Amino acid sequence: MIGQGRLAAWGIGLAALVALPFVYRDPYHLHILVLILIWSFAYTSWSMMGRFGLVSLGHGGFMGIGAYVTALLWNHLGLSPWIGIPISMVAAGALALIVGYPCFRFRITGHYFVLVTLALSGIVLQVITATRDYTGGSLGYTPNRTSGNKLLALQFDDKTTWYLIALGIWLFGIVVWHWVDRSMARYALEAISEDEDAAAAAGVDVTAEKLKITLLSALMTALAGAIYCQYQMFITPDTVSGIAVSLQMVFAAIVGGLFVSLGPTVGAIITILLAEALRIGFGTKAVGWDNLVYGVLLVLFIIFLPKGILGSLLDRLKPQRKVPRAHEQEVVQIARPGT
Amino acid sequence: MQAFLDIFDIYLLEAVINGILLGGVLALLALGLNLIFGVIDVTWICYAELVMIGMYGMYFMVQYYGISYFVAAPLTILLVAVLGAALHYLVIAPLLTAPPINQLLATGGVLFVLQSFATVAFGIDFRNLGIRLPVLAFGDMNFSYARLLSFVAALVGMVAVYLFMTRTFTGTAIRAISQDRQIMALMGVDTRRIYLITSALGGALAGLAACLLVLQYDVHPFVGLSFGPITFLICVLGGLGNFIGGFIAAFVFAEIISLGGLFSDLEWGYVLAFAFFIVMMFIRPAGLLVRRR
Repeated sequence: MIGQGRLAAWGIGLAALVALPFVYRDPYHLHILVLILIWSFAYTSWSMMGRFGLVSLGHGGFMGIGAYVTALLWNHLGLSPWIGIPISMVAAGALALIVGYPCFRFRITGHYFVLVTLALSGIVLQVITATRDYTGGSLGYTPNRTSGNKLLALQFDDKTTWYLIALGIWLFGIVVWHWVDRSMARYALEAISEDEDAAAAAGVDVTAEKLKITLLSALMTALAGAIYCQYQMFITPDTVSGIAVSLQMVFAAIVGGLFVSLGPTVGAIITILLAEALRIGFGTKAVGWDNLVYGVLLVLFIIFLPKGILGSLLDRLKPQRKVPRAHEQEVVQIARPGT
Repeated sequence: MQAFLDIFDIYLLEAVINGILLGGVLALLALGLNLIFGVIDVTWICYAELVMIGMYGMYFMVQYYGISYFVAAPLTILLVAVLGAALHYLVIAPLLTAPPINQLLATGGVLFVLQSFATVAFGIDFRNLGIRLPVLAFGDMNFSYARLLSFVAALVGMVAVYLFMTRTFTGTAIRAISQDRQIMALMGVDTRRIYLITSALGGALAGLAACLLVLQYDVHPFVGLSFGPITFLICVLGGLGNFIGGFIAAFVFAEIISLGGLFSDLEWGYVLAFAFFIVMMFIRPAGLLVRRR
């Protein structure tokens, strides 16, 4: 799929990204880059299922589980994040299966699916708040600083190290995206998002395909949450879970472009730079302003540019496609009304 | 042991009755959401945020301008109704032909806008009306008048909507449109007008709920998050667009929350309700009262 030229472009781009922290060491800018990379990974994870019409607003829940389970295991049981992160991912995956199975088995699609997942992220937020004796409730939670081996605790003071970790994670996300893009599952899922009955008649196991992509997406989102927690060393229910985080993912993915691999990354760059610019511009008065701008932009984008910035740009650059894909030609036909 | 059981039963009964009272307001919220969904085929993710704006409206009118509660309430209902109509006109109408999920996500954007607007405009402090209604003691049980009033007002509101839908021409047109979107336009019904009226009506119900909720809860920009998800669960469980299903589901959920809250924190009541919801999805995926095409 990837031609020689594009492969070379990717290689050069990556080499430049890896070399960057050794040349340029401004901690603030590196911090912003790390945030962009981690969130890009989370947004990419969301778009893995979002692009197939499985619009989930429950990913805030998965991210919260990833962050909180890892931190709780570390603080209360002294379990290294190297073990804690897989456990948290399993927990998020299990939740995804428990909620996903009835949804897919009984054909809960469209509005229904969105509302169910929306409730899921709301509930995770409630649980974190309710167990405030352990999680600190809405005041937030800090993993204990390690006095021993930093590698074991996955805690680094060095921004360069974190930059490289985040870069690796982000690259992993992009690779998985391409892997799915080139797999048979993609065709199955696109068929499902077009017409479930027809796909089932053609021999696609609708429930299993949907569950697989949901599981993959949830696992990656939990990983993003755990990495975010390890990097920031401070999490609150509102920054890693809940409806606002879920909507933020949807927003970034849609602004960047759902159907291109770098779309969510572009979305992350735009949203985070916007938030930082507003924060610097308005200072503490900016509380709320960034979300206000986000919300207005989200509405405008969905009305006027539903394919996202990168998606529309790429369409503009190459107007004739070799194989027209009905899936992408309609204006983000991301889902059908319930069948 | 016997004494313990007696006390326990009183609390249990109190919780059951409180659950019914809570169910009234939840049913009102579910009715508004179901109305919008049934007629326009759109889900307003930001529905609870409209309620939040209404609660702020009540707060400012009563606390700041010193308007009496009973004058402020109709004004608030009007305000949120206008807001609902504006939401439809500005956001939903341009997207009517787009895939339904886009409309839903656009209202998600509105959720962001309303929440952060409230944060910017009103700050993140918790505010309350400062009206403390007396508590009704009935035997050993205590019920707050605020809850009783909400319950009664919610019922009155629902009956009013029912009468409007069955006894007036506009109401009949709304019900007809929810049955067949295309044909009604051919029958000479102005669908755009009906959609606007329905949105205003949905907004008015949110406004009424705001007037009632402000009596019991403090207002802050994120208050919508505490009852928004539960409203969506109720609507899905009852079957989206199914008024009676939503009504029943509201009371079922209210009982679960109330009884769960009896044994533990209120938040655990919500968690219990969600667990119940997941189980119900296995048993009755299409909603409590199945009404499928």
